Amino acid sequence: MSTMDPASITIETFRKIFEAGKRFDGRKLLDFRELYIDYTVSKNAEGSARVKLGKTEVVVGVKLTIDKPYPDSMEKGNLMVSGDFLPLASPRIEHGPPKFTAIEMPRLVDRAVRESGMIDLKKLVITPGEKVWTVIIDIYPINDDGNLIDAATIGAVVALKNAYVPGIKENGTVDYKHRTKNKIPLSSETYPLSFSFYKMGNAILLDPTREEEELCDVRISLAVSKWNKQYMINSCQKTGDATLSKEEIERVSELLPKKYDELNEKLKSFL
Amino acid sequence: MIKTNGAHEAQSQNADTAEDSSVSKKRKIVIPGEIIVSGEDFLPSDGAKRIGNDIVASKFGLAEEAGRVIKVISITGAFIPRRNNVVIGRVTNITMNGWVLDIDSAQSGFLPIDASPHFINKNEMDQFLCIGDVIVAKIWSINQRGVDLSLDGNGLGKLEQGFLFRVSPNRVPRVIGREGSMINLIKEKTNCDITVGQNGWIWICGSTMDDEIKARKAVEFVTDKVYVEGLTEKMETWFQENQ
Amino acid sequence: MVDKIKRIDGRKANEMRKMYAKVGVIPNADGSAVFAFGETIAIAAVYGPRLLHPQHMQNPATGILRVNYDLFSFSVSDRKKPGPSRRSQEISKMTEHALAPVLDLKEFPNTVLDVQIYILQADAGTRTAGINAASLALAHAGIPMKDLISSVAIGKLDKDLVVDLTKAEEDFEGGEGPTDFPIAKVANSDEYTLLQLDGKISPSLVKEVLDLAEESCEEIYEVQKKALKEVVN
Repeated sequence: MSTMDPASITIETFRKIFEAGKRFDGRKLLDFRELYIDYTVSKNAEGSARVKLGKTEVVVGVKLTIDKPYPDSMEKGNLMVSGDFLPLASPRIEHGPPKFTAIEMPRLVDRAVRESGMIDLKKLVITPGEKVWTVIIDIYPINDDGNLIDAATIGAVVALKNAYVPGIKENGTVDYKHRTKNKIPLSSETYPLSFSFYKMGNAILLDPTREEEELCDVRISLAVSKWNKQYMINSCQKTGDATLSKEEIERVSELLPKKYDELNEKLKSFL
Repeated sequence: MIKTNGAHEAQSQNADTAEDSSVSKKRKIVIPGEIIVSGEDFLPSDGAKRIGNDIVASKFGLAEEAGRVIKVISITGAFIPRRNNVVIGRVTNITMNGWVLDIDSAQSGFLPIDASPHFINKNEMDQFLCIGDVIVAKIWSINQRGVDLSLDGNGLGKLEQGFLFRVSPNRVPRVIGREGSMINLIKEKTNCDITVGQNGWIWICGSTMDDEIKARKAVEFVTDKVYVEGLTEKMETWFQENQ
Repeated sequence: MVDKIKRIDGRKANEMRKMYAKVGVIPNADGSAVFAFGETIAIAAVYGPRLLHPQHMQNPATGILRVNYDLFSFSVSDRKKPGPSRRSQEISKMTEHALAPVLDLKEFPNTVLDVQIYILQADAGTRTAGINAASLALAHAGIPMKDLISSVAIGKLDKDLVVDLTKAEEDFEGGEGPTDFPIAKVANSDEYTLLQLDGKISPSLVKEVLDLAEESCEEIYEVQKKALKEVVN
């Protein structure tokens, strides 16, 4: 792959094409690429998943550890989401301090999972006030062909749904060799899905390829879940040094219920 | 729109690796260190070397036996610039003496100020090329400092309008086709100007958006295929099916 | 000797775990591959030759090989904190020394050849799986190479030499305990590029260890060769 920045003529042509509602791969502006999920990543994780959106590939693993609860949430288990853009996945990524987007991605996934209430953190208490389970989600992109945030969120959700609680030895430490039959306590109702709307000129796209993503100068990522049949936005972040108009923000918000249902349909076939 | 025919003539030396039609050329996939043939008569060329009685592959690729000459053509990997390659590059910097370009290889390209078609002085350089502009150029020298480029030749110069996209550099010969047959077919059927850089970058410019989209799809149809036999016929069929 | 030992998973002493190899698994990379010994899975990507930053680290005489090896946090039972550990830094260097002898980067001055190796799932033999994957990825990237590098861990359980230990075998405590002897060699010659040892082994056994290594590497080479030849399919 390439690290060549987009040419001026390319930026201009793509803008016209997007504003005409077209894309090079034949998709409509708000269509997602083909989704693929499997669970063959790591048996040493309590749960794991591999997600592909087109050529973008992300693997996510869930591990559980026993820790003290956080002082401001003594009656709950802990959640931690970590991730990085490895140089493995793209020639654009070099060794060194992480770029902002690498720091941002796991934080967006964290807020999506946490605010949706997908994990019943209260049920992760072992000894109240002393010992709780910490759920740690680790996200690793394998191939960056755009839209890592949405792919990573799907990966986290699916890995969580596929995760079992480890056993506890007599001395109180974790027994990773003998998992319980219990899955992580999840809300049966809901899980979050992320929708990152990328803007270029007057066009707004979903699920850009890396080529498309590099041309966009602002995005807004929204995590959505469903509570009592009601759609809820659980988190939102606008990133990039251009603006979004009021109309654009309203427009994308109104799209969320339909988009959630569409993506959820694709996801369900893998659960 | 600039004429692009000239850019392909420089490539015809590579075009006959595109189609697997010639019986006198035997080919097979080889891996580094593998013995391709044995015997004193053979001559190793690019990607092959002689070790004792054997001709051994120095890299992974398609070993080709043309008469007594054995070479290995890469089918994967990054672009390695060679003299006389025609490449497409993007201006990344303007210095006192010329323009620095990203040609998607380990070294940068450099175009001297006197390559400009009209006389310009050092303060007017961005009147010809600014950062972000793209050109089709020929490599005339490769040295420690970088890759020296020239605009002397048919079909070379600044690219206006249209867009660029990238394919794997080792797919370029088949995109061009034997003596330009494939690229000419695509140009004709889509009514687009197309220039193919040896570094895998391709420029398309059409009169409508739909033509440009179709031309790119056609190129990707060619690059996605694993086998090259009968590719031109397959391309013609594709055009018929995708009016 | 070789036939008598009974291993936990029923393998013979000189039997490796089932291997899996595939190239081209990361479309963005110039070369890439997955290689597995049983449940140990390594993925490698090669980027380059490309420009080396910062400039002062460039070598005008040759390109530089740079290897980064690490475990995914969830590849192991006890989660590994993200970020390079001393262990991963050492293995990165050992891997670099294991691969360098078959590479000649003089035709790529001032550049770097980046090799990234990650372990998705660990069940011992991670560095050997990593070297096998990296060797494939380098070839896949079209890098000029003298030969492939094949790597395997020879082991000793009490007094018996075995090939390709699992983690359970590495944890074995009986008798002389376990010994782990990871090696790598140039596939078609008697030249060794990685040699490490942990445990207890008599000097008189070294020849037998190398014989076993050679035998095993022949099999590994066939798997690597097949993965590369299949890329056209």
